[in-house]
Amino acid sequence: MATLELRGITKRFPGVLANDSVDLKVSSGEILGLLGENGAGKTTLMNILYGLYSADEGEILIDDVPQSFAGPGDAIAAGIGMVHQHFMLVPVFTVTENVVLGVEPVGPGGVINIKEAKREVREISQRYGLEVDPDAIIEDIPVGIQQRVEIIKVLFRNAEFLIFDEPTAVLTPQEIEEFFGILNGLREAGKAIIFITHKLKEVIEVSDDIAVLRRGAMVGGADPATTTEADLANLMVGRPVELVVAKEDSEPGAQVLTVSDLVVLDDRDQVAVNSISFDVKAGEIVGVAGVQGNGQTELVEALTGLRGVAAGTVTIGGKDVTHATPRQIHESSVAHVPEDRQRSGLVMSFSITENMVLDGYYHEPYSSGIKMDWDSARSKAEELVEQYDVRTPGTEVAANTLSGGNQQKVIVAREFGRDVQLVVASQPTRGIDVGSIEYIHERIVEERDQGAALLIVSTELDEVMALSDRILVMFDGKVVAEYRGGAVTAEEIGLAMAGAAT
Amino acid sequence: MTEPQLPPETPAEDNESAEPESRWTAFMNDLTGVNVDWRSALLVPVLAIIAALAVSVVIIVVSDIELWREFSLSALGDAIGQAGSAMWALFTGSFGSLAAVSSTLAFSAPLILAGLSVAIGFKAGLFNIGAEGQMLMGGMAAVALGITIDIPVFLNVPLAVIGAMIGGGIWGGIAGLLRARTGAHEVITTIMLNSIAGLAVIWMLSTDFFQPEGRQDPVSEDIAVSARLPRLLGFLDRNDLRVHFGIVVALLAAYAIYWVLFKSTIGFEFRAVGFNPDAAHYAGMKVTWLYVSVMGLAGGLAGIAGMTQINGLLYRASPGFAAGIGFDAISLALLGRSHPAGVVAAGFLFGALRAGGLDMQVATDVPIDLIGVIQALVVVFIAAPALIRAIFRVKTGEEIGQLTTGWGT
Repeated sequence: MATLELRGITKRFPGVLANDSVDLKVSSGEILGLLGENGAGKTTLMNILYGLYSADEGEILIDDVPQSFAGPGDAIAAGIGMVHQHFMLVPVFTVTENVVLGVEPVGPGGVINIKEAKREVREISQRYGLEVDPDAIIEDIPVGIQQRVEIIKVLFRNAEFLIFDEPTAVLTPQEIEEFFGILNGLREAGKAIIFITHKLKEVIEVSDDIAVLRRGAMVGGADPATTTEADLANLMVGRPVELVVAKEDSEPGAQVLTVSDLVVLDDRDQVAVNSISFDVKAGEIVGVAGVQGNGQTELVEALTGLRGVAAGTVTIGGKDVTHATPRQIHESSVAHVPEDRQRSGLVMSFSITENMVLDGYYHEPYSSGIKMDWDSARSKAEELVEQYDVRTPGTEVAANTLSGGNQQKVIVAREFGRDVQLVVASQPTRGIDVGSIEYIHERIVEERDQGAALLIVSTELDEVMALSDRILVMFDGKVVAEYRGGAVTAEEIGLAMAGAAT
Repeated sequence: MTEPQLPPETPAEDNESAEPESRWTAFMNDLTGVNVDWRSALLVPVLAIIAALAVSVVIIVVSDIELWREFSLSALGDAIGQAGSAMWALFTGSFGSLAAVSSTLAFSAPLILAGLSVAIGFKAGLFNIGAEGQMLMGGMAAVALGITIDIPVFLNVPLAVIGAMIGGGIWGGIAGLLRARTGAHEVITTIMLNSIAGLAVIWMLSTDFFQPEGRQDPVSEDIAVSARLPRLLGFLDRNDLRVHFGIVVALLAAYAIYWVLFKSTIGFEFRAVGFNPDAAHYAGMKVTWLYVSVMGLAGGLAGIAGMTQINGLLYRASPGFAAGIGFDAISLALLGRSHPAGVVAAGFLFGALRAGGLDMQVATDVPIDLIGVIQALVVVFIAAPALIRAIFRVKTGEEIGQLTTGWGT
């Protein structure tokens, strides 16, 4: 039986103690859940284990023998395999080609023996129940299958210790179930597994042991059989966290957003939103659940003027905005929290002040004529930073120096910090820490209570269920189901998300 | 938890920026009204220049032909002496006398203007390789006006500036329009437009409109005296004081661009598009229109640079009157970190090198081509702060940052 142990691992970056004397141990046939917020040091720790960084202090032991890794090559040779959250696959290669990349079985004359490679891929895939077609091209297969390819890749390199970095972030609820099946299979096959996540429920469900990192230090372990989500959240954040969003029943008012027979095309001119109709009323939160890539992105872009509408109409507050520009939408008192904060929500090298006026810079009081009034922009930014609890040394630092949660708060502050009648928020809490999630959820409910209409699009089922007064499920460009919040189970929604409902 | 965790940004309280700023920095900030960490902004360029000059000295020494014929200590001494006098001539030729300073300023004017052209492109995420062609088109517009219109100088010079700005602006705007409408990358289109402009100038100079009667070679008539940029030191009545009104135009342009970039809504849009076109689009800015206006403005600035060559120096057009200034402008904008103040400083440096280079060639056997080597070395050292850090063992600021978006994006 093999064991992997970290002893007293310490890693310092200038000004930051990323890992503070961390101990960790995992043995064959065991799944260790490693829990921690963003920036808690999970990834740093795993990068040390994978040979990408070297620890300042401490040692890595395999079967009680100290190891030294100069690079990932050494770690792989020692039997460590890592499945990254962002897959390291070549999209135009086949499954087999990706698996053998770098360690190709070579025949005479330096020719790759692809037949032999394919045989080995098939064998691994059968032995561990990782169903894949060795000849499929990566870009043609779903994310869940791509992940299996990553796992096969690691097993092909004879890994005994498997590290999964946030493996469920990209999966649908059904794919997550299948993935847990795979994890169990690997455990029974005698592999030692480290499962990194910030999702409390999953870690309880699948782990044999739980370790919690906070600010670089191991703050404790927990037994999955006896612990609760609240206990784990408490350990992870360092204070009690409200996991359930407290809110009264909604009192819907007049229709604010009305969408009728909307058709939107994607970048390749395929129908992404297929003739859907719904409305959102004042004082109501409507959640849109769905697996990523079922038209939600295109829907939001069409509603906010970023993408053209092929057919149908959109009205906001009684005004037809079907073909409005982003600026006209902005001026119709619509707040938009975009799906990807770094790609489109912020200019990362701009200061907080500049980001706070990113969409309002062109009017009073931030400018008159073409002259910017930076003093008034700055004082507004200072006010918003204070009001929305953005943790920053000041308003003149660049957005990229903030943590993900604080970056998101900047966007929320900018978008909510004026009178709005409609909020369109896409993945409002993706990839941010529990404390910030709690805060942003409170703000969303507060906007509702002040009479705004809110459309929340999220692939996190828990989030949609916690926030929504009404839930729409999108599948293949259509709204396939509608539920009243609180009157539906995750399983029902999950089935609808997979296209089982009609 | 998604991004690979590289060393986290150092919190501000541990950073030197949080230390009480030095008295010198405070003084410079008061003086200029700009809040900048002057030490880190200037350290790398200054060290890069020193390093470039040092390497140049080595190049002069090792390329000494006597040294290769037969190595001896005295030959080595001569070579080093030669390098020393070359450097001295470079200095005296650029700053050593009133005429030298005048010459430096005269060379600096078009360099600063063309440098601003490239810099504003960088700020908006566009790589304007086309300053050379835009200079030619702006210059030709100035020639066309200068040979046909003769009105008082205080009207004719502004007319030349405006005409050149329009001429260059259209040429730059074409590249912007192609980018906005078809996605054609401006690096490709501006390079092509440079060639087109170069050949168009030759063709234009062979037409009756431009060509003086009785001439067969491609050259234009002289522009009206009233269209010439007045010599600033004309009152001294000396022929060797070439500095003209163009340097004033260049400095005014630099201030105007500074104001536009950092104090106006338009500049905010330019910079937002430059760093993140998706976010600019999301924020309601018209990204495609911005590409056209940035390239138009960049072309206009380069056009004025071309005008200063014609109306300040040559008084007539001949092929290639842009003299490679449009290409030097790219290095210059990099050196100046695309900031108008940096471009002015870099423009003076390159102007001084061009002016001093002439004296160096006359006074020693060192060819003027060495100036190109020095300029290139400065840019290499600027672009590789790590190298400077290693050579001088200093802590320098961050890298120059993103200059353009990728190909075809």
